[in-house]
This record gives sequence, C-alpha cells and structure tokens, in this order.
Amino acid sequence: MSSHITEIVVFSVLFLLVSGMGFVAARWRAPQDMAHLDEWGLGGRSFGGWITWFLVGGDLYTAYTFVAVPALIFGAGAAGFFAVPYTVVIYPLFFLVLIRLWSVSHRHGFVTPADFVRTRYDSPTLALLIAITGIVATMPYIALQLVGIESVLKTMGVTGDSAIARHLPIIIAFAILAAYTYQSGLRAPALIAFVKDTLIYIVIAVAVLYLPYKLGGWGAIFDAADKKFQASAAPGDGILLNANNQVQYFTLALGSALALFLYPHSITGVLASKNRNVIKRNMSALPAYSFLLGLIALLGYMAIAAGVKPLPGAKAGSVDSNTVVPLLFDLHFPAWFAGVAFAAIGIGALVPAAIMSIAAANLFTRNIYKEYFKRDATPAQEASVAKITSLVVKVGAVAFIVFLDPQFSIDLQLIGGVIILQTAPSVILGLYGRWLHRGALIAGWAAGMILAFWMLWQIPNAATGRRHFGGSAFALSEFGLDTKKTIYVGFVAVLVNLIVAVLATFWLRVMKVAPGADGTAPSDYFADEGDPRIERETSTTVGTVSST
Amino acid sequence: MAEPESPPRTDSSPWNWLLLVPIVVPLLTFLYNYDEPRLGGFPLFYWLQFAFILLGVGTTSLVYQMTKKRGRP
Repeated sequence: MSSHITEIVVFSVLFLLVSGMGFVAARWRAPQDMAHLDEWGLGGRSFGGWITWFLVGGDLYTAYTFVAVPALIFGAGAAGFFAVPYTVVIYPLFFLVLIRLWSVSHRHGFVTPADFVRTRYDSPTLALLIAITGIVATMPYIALQLVGIESVLKTMGVTGDSAIARHLPIIIAFAILAAYTYQSGLRAPALIAFVKDTLIYIVIAVAVLYLPYKLGGWGAIFDAADKKFQASAAPGDGILLNANNQVQYFTLALGSALALFLYPHSITGVLASKNRNVIKRNMSALPAYSFLLGLIALLGYMAIAAGVKPLPGAKAGSVDSNTVVPLLFDLHFPAWFAGVAFAAIGIGALVPAAIMSIAAANLFTRNIYKEYFKRDATPAQEASVAKITSLVVKVGAVAFIVFLDPQFSIDLQLIGGVIILQTAPSVILGLYGRWLHRGALIAGWAAGMILAFWMLWQIPNAATGRRHFGGSAFALSEFGLDTKKTIYVGFVAVLVNLIVAVLATFWLRVMKVAPGADGTAPSDYFADEGDPRIERETSTTVGTVSST
Repeated sequence: MAEPESPPRTDSSPWNWLLLVPIVVPLLTFLYNYDEPRLGGFPLFYWLQFAFILLGVGTTSLVYQMTKKRGRP
C-alpha cells in the first residue's frame, strides 16, 4: 500500500475539494425558495448552455462507462466499440424528440417523464408503471457507480479483509455525497461536473498522446490487440466485427441510445436547461464527449499492448476486468498523475450518482407519493419528500454493493437498460400523438417486460461459466432460426411491445373503451422560455381544460 | 387562460429530415467493418466511426442554424 501513497493523497485531496464544492453549491445561483421541487430537483429549470453541457455530459458518460467500456474492448474487441455509434445516434434523436418533452414539461411543470404520461394519457396506472420502471432501472445504475470507484480503490491497494473494512471508503464517499445532494439538490452535481469533466479531459488528452508514444504507436497497439484475439479461443472477439455480431452491434447501439434517452437521469438533466435553444445547441456540442468516450474505449487496446493483467475478482479464480484502465494508469503514469486520473474516475462516479438519485427521488415523489399518498402535497412537502427519498436510494445502492455480489448489480443494470426501453412507446410516441390507447400501452409494456426477462434468462456466458443473464446478445437460433447471428434483447422486446400495443389499440377501439382525456394542447410541444406556465390543476379538472 | 398567441406554432421543417443521416449511417456496419486503409495506425473501423461523430456535429449544427428563425415570427 505504501507504494501508492502519493496516489492516495492526490485522490483524497481532490475528492475533499469537490465535496466542499457540493455543499457550497446550495448558494450557487441561489433561488428565492429552495423548498420547491423545481429548485431542488431541477436546479430552478434555469441552466444555460455551459452548465447544461457539463451537467448532461457528466451525467450520461458515467464512471462506470469509463471503466466498463475499455474493459469490454479489452476482452472482446470491436464489439465494445458500439459505444461510439451509440453516442453519435443519440444526439439527433434528442434534438428531434426530447425537445418536445422539454416544451410540454415547461408548460405544464412536469418534473418526470411519468408526469407527462399521466397527463397525456389520463392514466395514473400507466404513469405508475413508467415511474416504477424508471426507479428499478436507475437503482442498479447508481450501484454501478460504486463499482467504478472500487476499481480505482482496488488498484491503489485500498482493500481490507472483512466486507465492512473493504467497503468503508465507498461508504464514507457516498455518505458525503448523500449529505450535499440532500442540501444542494441538482446544483451540486452541476457544479461538481465542471471539475470532473475538466479532470477527465486532461487525463485522456495526456493518455492518448503519451501512452501510444510509450507503446510504439497506434499501429502497434492495434496489432498487439489483433494478435491477442487471433490467439484466443473465443469466437466472437477481434479488432473487427464478424458475420455473427453485426446485427447485435447496431441493434445494441440503437437500443442503448433509445434507452439512455428514457433513463430518468438524462431527462432530469435536459429538463433543467432554461430554453429550447440551449438544448439544441448542446446537441452539437455534446458529441465532444463521444469523441472522448471513443478514445477511452481504446485504452482497452492500450492495456493489451502494455500487457496489463487484471486484478482478481470477488470470487476465487475470476478476474475483475474493470481494473484494466486503472492498472494501465498505475503502470505508466507518474504516481501523482495516476492520482489525478483516479480522482477523475472517482469524482466521475459522484455526478451521475447524484443526478440518478435525484431523478429516482423525483419519480417517487411525483408519481407515487403525490399520486397515491398525499394528493394535496405542497411544493415544499414535495421537496422534502424528494430529499429524504434521495438518501434512501443511496443507502440502497451502497447496500447492493456491500451485501451482494457486484455481479448482481451488473446483471441488474443490463436488465435495467432493456426494461427502460419498454417505456419508449408511451413516452416517445406519446410526444408525437396519442393514437395508441392507454390500456394498449400497458399491455405492450407487460408483453415487452416478460419477453425481455425470458430472453435475458436464456443467455449464457461462456467466459464466466454462467448459464443465465450472461449478456444482452441473444442468439437468433433460440427463436428456431437457422443462423448464428445475435441480436440485442431490448430491441426485440420493444418491437414486440409496440406490436402488442398497436393490436390492442385496434381491439380497444372496436370495443369502444374510453381512451381518457388529453391534458395537453398541440402548441404545448413547441412552448419556449417566457411562455406562461399552466398552473397544475387537480386531476379532476384536467379533462375540462383540454376540451377546448 | 393562457391561449397560444395568434399563429399556431410548429417546429416542423424539411431540414429536420437531414437528422436521419447521422442516425442511420453509424448503424450501417457494412460501411466500416474493414481494417484497411489505416489512418495514422487506426484501422478504418475506428477512424471512420470517429469521423461519424463529426458528421453528427455537422448535421445537428446545420439543422439548428437553418431552423433557428422559424421559432420567432
């Protein structure tokens, strides 16, 4: 441990500096009245271009991404590079679709996607399903941020014998995080994101210039990776895709883009911006992070060229491939700079963890507490319930990591991406029209969920010797097709979801089942900053307002 | 209350169709699943996908500029 002392000191100093900022953030762009969910949970809906860029960038590109994507490239090669097309495709989609969600939310004061669905389809049940799906998908994602921090701590040799001793550093880190998120709300991650992203950009700029120089150039790095994959027995790896994983590659990229879009934390980040132009301009600026992510992904190949051997995993005989990037830094950077790099990853975990817990808290408060427990909750009561929920969510995430095998969180996150996709027909198509019947959307959601779980259950992972939940690449031969091609589970499930929703809509229309009243007007989808806010009516009067 | 001002607003524009390009092109694996020609040591698979990021930035910037004024008549 003594050899890592410089790294630990640099890491700790930066970590404490950022924690201080988190507490000060409550006074940054201070609101008149913090006791309102718009202030605590959406930063006053006031963020301009720069803050949004850092906030959404820090939110979408999480510490886990920075650790897991290169780990995937290290293990499987080209298939892991899907992260790049995934993050190219997402911005034009945001530009077209999410902007409408911003407008209608601005007009109606929606805080969550489930709020929108509630008003659009006049269905608290559908909104509840969307909210629960969002919370369930987000929880393991928060837990995975801890996996990101742990991979760094492990590399620095900060481990212990008992479960509690080993996890003490992340328990402390999360306690501090929980305290300043409680106090400052979304302002805390927004302010910290500046530090986090600056550190990440510096570290990666140095890494991609310096490491290839030390490892003999990019050509040599790719050749080393090619040699490793040629020699390995696994059929799916290589520095190019093969005939069987191309469908998986593009369906995973598209499916992940749609999923990211629906995750409560990305919607929270977008709703916090102050007008439509801020969002549109950011869609041209955020791909800078995609570039960064692509370079980070290639660190996996650099680790191969540098001969990195991942540290042992939680179970005997397994390896923790998430440690390859921290090990690469540890091996090739001077100790103080490795400390900076580790701090970048560690702080990188805090920003998304804070936003995710806020997003989950918003969902609980708006779509469960207010809907089912206290109809007449005041904004101040909403804010205080959300603050407490954000604490509970973080305690839950820590418990996941401390008491369960981290593999469990990884499995759940895999499932999370697939199930959040099942809210796409309600949320995305709902922004364009409400032809689909609310009952049909519920049926489609249920069909998609069941199919998704069945498919994920069927997928084995040869590398780890597990029989279920081994990944998201589903062999089409399981459907009886005569092929070795694989496809992304979420993509199939959401297609089935949509087909069921369409068929059920026809049926419900024939049966003349009431479709409910639309609480939104067509012009709401284009509203911008300065347009008057429609004060939220109680649920009984929504129908009369929309009948004009 | 709060009726929308005179002309009904819309954000539809033919320029928006251009955004399909950066949505579709990065998903066409047959375009880039090659090693040669390499660029600065990068196989085509990698450098071309990096180039798609620029394609995305270019398209969204263009569409933003071309549709900006329509919002305020």
